[in-house]
Amino acid sequence: MTEPAFSLRTSGRLRRRQLVSRMMGALAFGAALLAVAVLAIVVISVANRGASALSLDFFTKNQAQGFNPSGGGILFAIVGTGVIVGIATLIALPLGVLVAIYISELAPPRLARVARLALDITNGIPTIVIGIFVFTLIVAAHGQSALAGSLALAIIMVPLIARATEEVLLLVPSAQREASLALGVSRWRTTFSVIVPSAMGGVLTGTTLAIARAAGETAPLLFLTSLGASSYADANPLHPLQSMTFAIFIYAEQADPAFQAKAWATAFTLMCFVLVTSLAAKLAMARYRKKLEG
Amino acid sequence: MEAIRTRIELAGQGRSSTAGDREAVFEARDVSVFYGDQRAIDRVNIDIYQRLITAIIGPSGCGKSTFIRTLNRMTDLVPSARLTGELRYRGIDLYGPRVDAVEVRRRIGMVFQKPNPFPKSIYDNVAYGLRILGMKKDLDERVEKALRSAALWDEVKDRLKDSALGLSGGQQQRLCIARAIAVEPEVVLLDEPASALDPIATSAIEDLMHELKRDYTLVIVTHNMQQAARVADMTAFFGLEVSPDGNRQGVLVEYDETEKIFTNPSDKRTEGYVTGRFG
Repeated sequence: MTEPAFSLRTSGRLRRRQLVSRMMGALAFGAALLAVAVLAIVVISVANRGASALSLDFFTKNQAQGFNPSGGGILFAIVGTGVIVGIATLIALPLGVLVAIYISELAPPRLARVARLALDITNGIPTIVIGIFVFTLIVAAHGQSALAGSLALAIIMVPLIARATEEVLLLVPSAQREASLALGVSRWRTTFSVIVPSAMGGVLTGTTLAIARAAGETAPLLFLTSLGASSYADANPLHPLQSMTFAIFIYAEQADPAFQAKAWATAFTLMCFVLVTSLAAKLAMARYRKKLEG
Repeated sequence: MEAIRTRIELAGQGRSSTAGDREAVFEARDVSVFYGDQRAIDRVNIDIYQRLITAIIGPSGCGKSTFIRTLNRMTDLVPSARLTGELRYRGIDLYGPRVDAVEVRRRIGMVFQKPNPFPKSIYDNVAYGLRILGMKKDLDERVEKALRSAALWDEVKDRLKDSALGLSGGQQQRLCIARAIAVEPEVVLLDEPASALDPIATSAIEDLMHELKRDYTLVIVTHNMQQAARVADMTAFFGLEVSPDGNRQGVLVEYDETEKIFTNPSDKRTEGYVTGRFG
C-alpha cells in the first residue's frame, strides 16, 4: 500500500484558522458571562446593603413620621407605584395594541412606516421631557396627582407595547388570516378572533417590559406626583402619591446610614417586583402556548 | 396513455350526468387579472357547473391559483391585483359595485394548499365560523355534521377539546374542509388541497370530494394530473404563453369533460401536457 499524496492532519493555515475560531468563541463566551455577572453583582450588592433594613414592618407599615429612621416602611410607596403603574397600564395596553393592529393590519405601507418611526422616536424621548410636557399640560393647572404620573408613564409605555405587539402580529402566518377571511368573516373580526390571540405572547412580553420600565421611572414622577405626596397613607389616584423610585431617591439623600439602608432595601424590593412580573408573564405565556399547541 | 384511459373509465362509472344539462354557477367572460402592470391570466372564458367537480390543471405559474382566487374574491387581499372582464356568480357580477366580498366568501368557501387550522381546539376550529356568522343554534350538531361530512368525526369525536395542531396533516386538511363546509357554503374551492399530503391522506381527500359533490359545487386546482383524472367531471387546462410584449401569462387552453381532456384533447398543448411530453 502506498502513502497517499496528501494529509488530513492540521497544518499551518488551518491551525491559524482554528486558533482564531477558538478566540472568537472565548470572546463571545466572555461577553455573555460579563452580562450575567453584572446582573448578579447588582442583585447581590443591593440585597446585601439593604438586608439590614428589610423586615416585615418595612413592607407593612407606612414611612415613619418625624426624624426617626429606625421605624416605618415603604408600604404606601409600593401602593403608590402600584396605583400609578396600574393606571398607566390600563391606558397604554389597549392603546398600544390598537396602534399595533393599525400599523400591521390596516395602514397603507407608507403610513405604517411613518407611524413606526414616530413610535421609535417617542421611545427615545428622555422621560424627563415627557414629564415636563405632562407638567405643563396638567400639573401646572390642576396640581400634582398620581393620574398625571400615570399619563406620563402611559406615554412611555405605548411605543414599547405597540412595537412589541406589531412585531408578533407580523409573525402570524397569513394562512391564518386567509382561513378566517375565506369563511366570510370580516377583517375586524378576523383580526380580533384569530390574529390577536395568536399574537398574545408578544402582547404579554411587550406589556411586561413596559411595566418594568414604567415601574422603574423616576424622572417624570418627581414633579408630577411624588414630590407633593404626603407621607401619610394614601391611595387615591387623584392625590399625589408616593412611589418606590422616589422613596429610593429621598432615602439615599439622607445622611443617616439607616436611611441609606432603606434606599437599598427599596431598590431590592423594586427589583424583585420587576423580576416577579417578568417571570409571571413568562409562565402565563408558557401555559398559553401549551393550551394552543395541545 | 392506456393506463390513464382505464382509470378514467373507472372514475367515469356512475357519473350522474355530463355538463350538458347543468346550470352554470360561474360564468367567466374575458377575465384577465393583473398584478400591477403584470398580466397573470389573459381573457379566460369558462362556465363552471353546479354540483360537478371542476379541476383546473396546468404547469406552474400558469395562473391556476390566481384564477381560483378570483372566484371568491381572495384576490382582493393583494392590493395591486386588478380584474377586468366579467365574472358572474349565479347571474350576479361578482366584482360589481354593490357586492360585498365578505358575503361572497361566506357563500363560496375555500380550502388551501397547506392545512391552516387555527391554533384552537378541534371543536373551536369548526365552530369558529358558525359562532361569528351567528349560526349558534344547535352548535354541537352542526359541528358534528360538518366533521362527519369531512369524514373526520370517528377519528376526533373523543378529543374535540384537544388542539387541532396535534392532528396529522391529512386530518388537519379534512378539519379545514369541515370548517369550510360548516358554514354551509354553496361552492367549495380547493387550491391544491392534497399537494402537502401523503398518498393515503390524498386518497381520503379524494374520496371525500366524491361525497361532497352531492351537495356542493367543487372547484379544485391541482398539478397532479392523475388526481384530476380521478376526481373531476370537467377539466380546464391552463397553459403558459408569452404575449407579443414579452409578458408571461396564463391562458385557458382547453376546457372539456375530463375524459375527453385526458383521452382525446383537441389542442396539441393539452395533449403534450397530459401525456407528459412537457410541463
